[in-house]
Amino acid sequence: MLVYILLRLLYTIPIALGVTVFVFALIHLSGDPMSAIVAPDATAEMVEQLKKSYGFDQPLPIQYLLWLTKALQGDFGNSIVNSRPVLDTLLAAVPNTLMLAGVATLIGFAFGCILGGLAGYYQGGIVDKIATGFGIAGVSIPHYWLGMVLVIIFAVELRWLPATGMGAGGSDAWQWDWEHIRFLILPAVTLSVIPCGIITRTVRSTVAEILNQEFVQALRAKGLWHGQVMRHVARNAAPTVLAVMGLQLGYLLGGSILVETVFNWPGTGYLLNDAIFRRDVPMLQGTILLLAMFFVALNLIVDIVQTWVDPRMRRS
Amino acid sequence: MNLHTPAPPPPIDIAQTVANSPGYWTTVGQRLLRDKVTLFFGAVLLLIVLMAIFAPLIAPADPYKTNIIRRLKEIGFPGHPLGTDQTGRDMLSRLIYGGRLSLFMGVMPVINALIIGGMLGVIAGYMGGAVNSAIMRTMDIFYAFPSVLLAIAISGALGAGIGNAILSLSIVFIPPIARVAETITTQVRNLDYVEAARASGASSLRIIRIHVLSNVLGAIFVYATSLVSVSIILASGLSFLGLGTKPPEPEWGLMLNELRQAIYVNPYVAALPGVMIFMTSLSFNLLSDGLRSAMDLKS
Repeated sequence: MLVYILLRLLYTIPIALGVTVFVFALIHLSGDPMSAIVAPDATAEMVEQLKKSYGFDQPLPIQYLLWLTKALQGDFGNSIVNSRPVLDTLLAAVPNTLMLAGVATLIGFAFGCILGGLAGYYQGGIVDKIATGFGIAGVSIPHYWLGMVLVIIFAVELRWLPATGMGAGGSDAWQWDWEHIRFLILPAVTLSVIPCGIITRTVRSTVAEILNQEFVQALRAKGLWHGQVMRHVARNAAPTVLAVMGLQLGYLLGGSILVETVFNWPGTGYLLNDAIFRRDVPMLQGTILLLAMFFVALNLIVDIVQTWVDPRMRRS
Repeated sequence: MNLHTPAPPPPIDIAQTVANSPGYWTTVGQRLLRDKVTLFFGAVLLLIVLMAIFAPLIAPADPYKTNIIRRLKEIGFPGHPLGTDQTGRDMLSRLIYGGRLSLFMGVMPVINALIIGGMLGVIAGYMGGAVNSAIMRTMDIFYAFPSVLLAIAISGALGAGIGNAILSLSIVFIPPIARVAETITTQVRNLDYVEAARASGASSLRIIRIHVLSNVLGAIFVYATSLVSVSIILASGLSFLGLGTKPPEPEWGLMLNELRQAIYVNPYVAALPGVMIFMTSLSFNLLSDGLRSAMDLKS
């Protein structure tokens, strides 16, 4: 067990390094990173000086090492747009995205478990057909469009919920009361559709598979009623379903950009979108690096927890 | 089928993917003909594709022609059956023409990934050892990104444009296809009869052509059809963010973005491009499911 965890940790290091190389290479894909910084009427001298101050005059490998050393210390540089440290802006946005993705994952988990569980239990029945159809629709729907449709229904037509933003005072004034939660409902529901579809599919197939095993027959033969049998099924299905849920949270953290754009939700995705269009290179790099590292870490945690919960998973 | 990362490789059973055996494809075809859902959505997809191809013949109006007076007209407005957009262009014509770019931008990345990812996977699986590690560990790095983030990061760095959007999505889909191809190739390479072929002097190229490809192609093709549905959503998503097509081109994602402000004036017209993306993506998903279960002869 310990050996497995150690090996898994060691395996994460080259992946994480690879991610940093990729993120670093990104800005050089975009052509000359100086073009966004330098004013069009700058003299050659000023350009040289700016290059020096950003370290762009060094050879690429040196630039990478300098950048990596700084990034490891939490210094992602300063934004080109507002000159503030990238990390400060990022840290202000991360809780908003975590909140949105966390709530969306929980909604997806709850509905996915109920729908998938029912579908797996009543295989081939009408519930199964509805849940399966729902699962496929959930993964086929363009969620940015779903966001618009929900705004049309609940904000424009019914006027029950606000269309965009995070409420008065923005993210600093956030509280868990109805005045603020109202703003979270539509984006969270929109974002939850994908995990919901996927968890429904996972739970359905896992439950169906477990129900076909012999120990379930033995339980029934012992005279246990449905509820008790389902408790055993749930315990056996939990590791798989929890792993899928953990990964879904990771996808949502990195993939909420479209939904954040639709709802003007001030999270990391919104920052990323803004950084792209203002060609704010340090901000772009910092955001992508942080989100990718979140995902790497979450993968690691899911793997370790799964091994811990289910001894059969210990591979090494 | 996951929007955020392509689904894990489908379970592979070499014993039953004997694509060469006589009658296999006939049986698959017969099973498909009995599958009403797959047939229906296959027909829907065919209709969307035909509409895109023959757009100039079908579209009632010029998709670029603006009209200041007739802006944001409702569905059923005389002369504009599906209304008009924010600059008075005919929605029906733009939706028909929009399929051209949306389908192209959705399908091209998967074709690119199928060729490049398939080759990388077969090479990694067949060579094994250090080559395998080098290729597959590089792929692992791309797996460290949720696919939406990866696509947006690359497109954002390269800048807006159809070519850049296709390039970034191709990179997103290469690793999962390479993984599927690698798994199957490794399995096939270790089969007894392939060992026998090698022992009797068959060249690597011949073994790959005859034994490996026949098993790999079917599996990655079915897998790729499910990726197309993700690809279409992502490609339109890039345009929706302003990272794909540029105005005034008709493209479903871009149209959706341009009509975002119109939801307060004419919500039903504004939502139409999304319906097209949804229908196309859904059809590809169901078609892929149908194909997969038809090819799985054990079920």
